[in-house]
Amino acid sequence: MFELLINYGPKLLDGAVMTLQLTFISVSIAGLLSLPLAILRRSKNILWQWPIRLYVSFFRGTPLLAQLFLVYYGSGQFRPELTELGLWWFFRDPYYCALLTFALNSTAYQLEILRGGLQAVPYGEVEAGVALGMPRRLLYQKIILPHTYRIAFPALGNEIILMLKGGAIASVITLLDVMGHTRRVFSQTFDISVYLWAALIYLVITTVFVLVWRLLERRLTRHMFYQRDIKRITPVEATSTKMEASNVN
Amino acid sequence: MNKNLCSLALSVFLAAVPLTQTVAAETTNLRIGTEGAYPPFNYFTADGKLAGFDIEVGRALCEKIEAKCTFVAQDWDGIIPGLLAGKYDVIIASMFITEKRKEKVDFTNPYQKSAMTFVVPKDSALTEFSPKALAGKTIGAQGSTTQGEYLSALYPDSDVRLYPTQDAVNLDLVSGRLDAQVGDMIPMLDWTKKSDDGSCCKLAGTPITEPKYVGDGVGMALRQEDDKLRQKLNTALAEIVADGTYKAINDKFFSVNILTLK
Repeated sequence: MFELLINYGPKLLDGAVMTLQLTFISVSIAGLLSLPLAILRRSKNILWQWPIRLYVSFFRGTPLLAQLFLVYYGSGQFRPELTELGLWWFFRDPYYCALLTFALNSTAYQLEILRGGLQAVPYGEVEAGVALGMPRRLLYQKIILPHTYRIAFPALGNEIILMLKGGAIASVITLLDVMGHTRRVFSQTFDISVYLWAALIYLVITTVFVLVWRLLERRLTRHMFYQRDIKRITPVEATSTKMEASNVN
Repeated sequence: MNKNLCSLALSVFLAAVPLTQTVAAETTNLRIGTEGAYPPFNYFTADGKLAGFDIEVGRALCEKIEAKCTFVAQDWDGIIPGLLAGKYDVIIASMFITEKRKEKVDFTNPYQKSAMTFVVPKDSALTEFSPKALAGKTIGAQGSTTQGEYLSALYPDSDVRLYPTQDAVNLDLVSGRLDAQVGDMIPMLDWTKKSDDGSCCKLAGTPITEPKYVGDGVGMALRQEDDKLRQKLNTALAEIVADGTYKAINDKFFSVNILTLK
């Protein structure tokens, strides 16, 4: 079992780099796209609302594996057309196909999370901003967006973890991520413990991510902790001084 | 705690022993593992039934050894682990007999001769297939196969891509993502000659027959402890070759005799 790790560990780590790359890039692209789309999704104009609704229901309603196959093998069927459009170099590469699919998929989820966040911003606060004569831009910048992201933050972290693990299917279009290398090693050694090591790698990555995300969340909601700390300190200090007093007696 | 676990494991093991014994005694029931994604050897027909050369050979053998056979379809990646785990008793799935596989399983005598071949698009400019000539090219093969191993071992400077099924490799050769692929001789012949999308492509280079990679032919794989069944199948195989059953099945699928490749 450990012998396997010595022989094939470096390959699994190569795979981890690929997994991290795929996740990080696609989630970042999705992060950039999802906010404007979420705002448009809330618009009353059905020309904006319905295409986005359709997009979301397609990407949330079908398996990621099916989407990846559609993009990868589907684009293979349209090679002449794609070559004409000058896009074939992009679709030829399984790496770009995976990035595109994952980014589109994650955008759909992040968009819905942010929509929920936007809806949950207390209306009174927005009203207060309007009453102060804030322009729309400032309203978003100072009131709506900080609030939205604060609300959406845990759910976004969840979505990123799901993407990281869901990304394991990239191996079926020949990409050598953690799972891709694992399958190769398994086919060479028939040693099932390689899947255990792969699972451990995913576990380490997600654990580190959860810790980092928690720190970020704390930072984003520091005003709440500040208040709570004050509330907490006052009674404790009060009792401790009392106790000291009683000790003296 | 540890002791408890041990005794628990032991009792589970003991409880399982009589069960496996009864299974082993019932040789009249034979479960055959196959892939079902490898035409014309084993594939699913449009109505979802297993068919193909492997399947028919399997049925003919079952008749000879007077066993009741059921087929189990299993993805190629897990086909040997599935055998070892007892999900079926023999693999008839056009598996090459190689040294590496022999460490885990035993094989019957070969029931097909083996060779691999390069396949390229018809308009391809490739004529040389040495590792040097293919440096920087993208070559595909099905993963967990001898051809996958062959490419991984000998073509380190090429972009070797391994796919879960042969169909997926074919698709990517058609779409032009691959400059070439390596596949088993017979299915590749079949694919390029008989199928629509396969007409894009042609066999190229000299057939690859290095025993280190293609082994001693194609055999049926069994668990190493099932030597009795192995001998039975060997006898039955010799019988169906002698009485012409094998040839009848062969001619249904192929224009050459795949036991001799002549």
